[in-house]
Amino acid sequence: MNFVVPDFYPAAAEIFVAVMALVIMLATTFARRIASGLAYAMTMATLIGAAFVTIGTLDGQVSFTFSNMFISDLMGDFLKLMIYLSVFVALLYGRGYMADRSIDRPEYYLLTLLMTLGMMVMVTSNHMLSMYMGLEMMSLSLYGMVAFDRESARATEAAMKYFVLGALASGLLLYGMSMIYGATGTLELSGVAQSVYHQAANKTVLLFGLVFVMAGLAFKLGVVPFHMWVPDVYQGAPTAVTLMISTAPKLAAFAMTMRMLVYGLFDLADQWQSMLMFMAVLSIVLGNLAAIAQTNIKRMLAYSGISHMGFVLLGLLAGVVDGDRHFALNAYSSAMFYAVSYVLMSLASFGMVILLSRAGFEAENIDDFKGLNKRSSWFAAMMMIIMLSMAGIPFFIGFFAKLSVLQAVVAAGYVWLAVLAVVMSVIGAYYYLRVVKVMYFDEPQDTAPIHAPADVRVLLSANGLAIAALGVLPQGLMSLCAYALLASL
Amino acid sequence: MTGMPFLSLAIWIPILGGLLVLATGSDRNAPLARALAMLVAIVGFAVTLPLYFLFDTTTSAMQFAEVAPWIPRFNIHYHLGVDGISVLFVLLNSFITVLVVIAGWQVIQEKVAQYMAAFLIMSGLMNGIFAALDGILFYVFFESSLIPLYLIIGIWGGANRVYAAIKFFLYTLVGSLLMLIALLYLFMEAGGSFSILDWHQLPLAIAPQTLIFWAFLIAFAVKVPMWPVHTWLPDAHVEAPTGGSVVLAAIALKLGAYGFLRFSLPIVPDAAQAMAPVMIALSLIAVIYIGFVALAQTDMKKLVAYSSISHMGFVTLGFFMFNVIGLEGALVQMISHGFVSGAMFLCIGVLYDRMHSRNIADYGGVVKTMPKFAAFFMLFAMANAGLPGTSGFVGEFMVVLGAVQFNFWVAFAAATTLILGAGYTLWMYKRVVFGTVGNHHVAQLEDIGAREFAFLGILALCVLAMGLYPFPFTEVMHASVDELLRHVAVSKL
Repeated sequence: MNFVVPDFYPAAAEIFVAVMALVIMLATTFARRIASGLAYAMTMATLIGAAFVTIGTLDGQVSFTFSNMFISDLMGDFLKLMIYLSVFVALLYGRGYMADRSIDRPEYYLLTLLMTLGMMVMVTSNHMLSMYMGLEMMSLSLYGMVAFDRESARATEAAMKYFVLGALASGLLLYGMSMIYGATGTLELSGVAQSVYHQAANKTVLLFGLVFVMAGLAFKLGVVPFHMWVPDVYQGAPTAVTLMISTAPKLAAFAMTMRMLVYGLFDLADQWQSMLMFMAVLSIVLGNLAAIAQTNIKRMLAYSGISHMGFVLLGLLAGVVDGDRHFALNAYSSAMFYAVSYVLMSLASFGMVILLSRAGFEAENIDDFKGLNKRSSWFAAMMMIIMLSMAGIPFFIGFFAKLSVLQAVVAAGYVWLAVLAVVMSVIGAYYYLRVVKVMYFDEPQDTAPIHAPADVRVLLSANGLAIAALGVLPQGLMSLCAYALLASL
Repeated sequence: MTGMPFLSLAIWIPILGGLLVLATGSDRNAPLARALAMLVAIVGFAVTLPLYFLFDTTTSAMQFAEVAPWIPRFNIHYHLGVDGISVLFVLLNSFITVLVVIAGWQVIQEKVAQYMAAFLIMSGLMNGIFAALDGILFYVFFESSLIPLYLIIGIWGGANRVYAAIKFFLYTLVGSLLMLIALLYLFMEAGGSFSILDWHQLPLAIAPQTLIFWAFLIAFAVKVPMWPVHTWLPDAHVEAPTGGSVVLAAIALKLGAYGFLRFSLPIVPDAAQAMAPVMIALSLIAVIYIGFVALAQTDMKKLVAYSSISHMGFVTLGFFMFNVIGLEGALVQMISHGFVSGAMFLCIGVLYDRMHSRNIADYGGVVKTMPKFAAFFMLFAMANAGLPGTSGFVGEFMVVLGAVQFNFWVAFAAATTLILGAGYTLWMYKRVVFGTVGNHHVAQLEDIGAREFAFLGILALCVLAMGLYPFPFTEVMHASVDELLRHVAVSKL
């Protein structure tokens, strides 16, 4: 048996982040007094550095390394860049929040970085083992982060719930993977694809495995019927952590779904598409209906997130029509565009919740937004942009995200599905409009001036304006998504 | 001169100007915000004038066209152009915006910059609706114009404003989202084109035509509004501030009717022909039933709101008889209704600013204290009732003539509006203006000032000019209407 040194080059970004995580761990041990500030600065620097490394090693080619466990392609690179961006923004928004509650310990930043590394591994895995490893790395970091405010009973409860259900989902996923391994004899996704294509695998076992894998994926995406953890965890976790959970991990889960279903099990598209349809319909219906009843904005955004993930699934399920794969690229890129748009909107919406919170006060009720127009018409306008964008009203990016997904659904011939989705969108518009209503039509309850550091104000404004600007000119991001997939599939 | 992008200017000057007004910030700068808004509104109107004076009345082709790729990923274009059907609405809209800015000059004292900006931005968006020749571009303008009106009703409206604002928004959203599906379907059928002009030529079987017709019908019927989906309008009108009511009645209602002409009739002509009896029936119900409902109102704004629905029933009636005089009459009626209903709401606003009541019973004998106002109000009330010599008469008369060509009984039913309209308008006028002075509040009323005189006077001139010599209006639309009817007559099956 001879040992071949693997090619490290495609994995340069992952290695960089891993090394930096260790460096930060050491550095903060030795510089105890400034540990938190140092960890924050180094984490941010690492994210920027990782972006440079990823762009530097970008070649538009599909390459494999580590015995084909690792794939480097444009889709992965694009999603990784979006992950750095969203983690960067989320950390910046959340820093003051964590500091106000004295929980901005260096471990928090370290966990964030490890979570990022886990997501990067998920995005670039070509093997179920590495995929699972990345997933667990992300999830375990997140469990820790949810429980980070150990004084808070609600956060601890949320973390417990997240952990138990998350472990169960991982178990389901792992069980499904083992079934697929049993049927195909390999864990490598391209090998699985080959085996399924040649119909060498036992179909019953394969489908059995597929069901379990889908359950695991659905949990991570947070779609019905595996959504129960979403509202509780979103509400219970410190808002800065909720911000983290609701953004980058969605991209990673999207990437994992793409790798698993499209790269590995594409020839079972008929089967998983009908499962996705079931989940998408339920998510869109339940997410929108349940959101109406919420008075807590974090919970409302959680349900809204469920319905948004349902829309992402709409894109994924429109790829193959009666064995015709013409639509695949269009459909998957629209799903990816939706996911990226959602992350942008989600960042800004939880950013606004953080902006209105301060030491000893959580602005987590919709009523806390009352009269915001009188307190700060600028941020009220930003929140209005975010809410209308989520509702899918033009000229904001959310509209074009919905448009591209619906276009894919109609192209695939599921007009009824598109009708259902838009009818639920109208219902969804109601709760988004309610937030606009309390901001503009009601008198303020909370009259404290808005305290936020300049960097948060600037970045949050930029975030809001980006949602509007990308709504006027969505072409760039859309074609980027399409191009990244074209070069990868 | 024709090389200038007049349509883009008509759209973006008000929008960007509105953002600029918004930037003046707090109410300390209110005078600046007002002056700036006035300037933007006037410039916005000025750039639309060439659209009329340089308009070529001999062709039905799209004029002042501008095409640029917008979202190549889905083959969406920034495609603008106007024909004889749409050009007048761009002018009307920009003109009404000037009046709205004047009307809100003193009345609005809170969040002045936001108020003015909302109207300017809405004006730009509505110009976009009338000028868009790309399905998605149209849709984007169509739906985003809901936002400013939602805020206008909700922030500056009356007691029940929140309910009215949300009802308005959700009602119109339901319709427009179904239209989106129809647009996406057409995009597929047309082989990846969102161009409305391509869709006009697209052959379609009767089944999809019927479904598309329904999708469009729901979108546009809510907007018009047609019976039975009209219930949002009285609420929205009653709660909206005066400027909001004016824009709603004068422009926003025209969007739905315009949609029928730009989408329903030319894209799905066979379904439109097949559905014509239903449409005519709905229109007649709106004309007669809603006319009776208007008679029973005790609130002036509600009365005019119902009268608007009844008048718009006349417009949809004119569309679905498929003859030249009916269609042109409907278009004239739309323009005229823009002037007259706008003027009616402004008149009610004048009274409301002084008395803070819209109740007919709170008035009486207003002519004794406000003679100049009473004279203007008289003219507009007569125009609303369709008196010959005013613009209200021309459109109604043409539609009735068209109806006579189509079917005597339809014409007979439609003509009852002349009686009903006169009934509810003049009865209201009598109760408010004539009689003994109702109470000491009325006795203390002051007559209209120069500012109010100015906007009512301008509108009075428009109403009379259009009533006495409608040719400049019909001349513009003639070629396009002819072409539209020729197009609708040809089956697409």
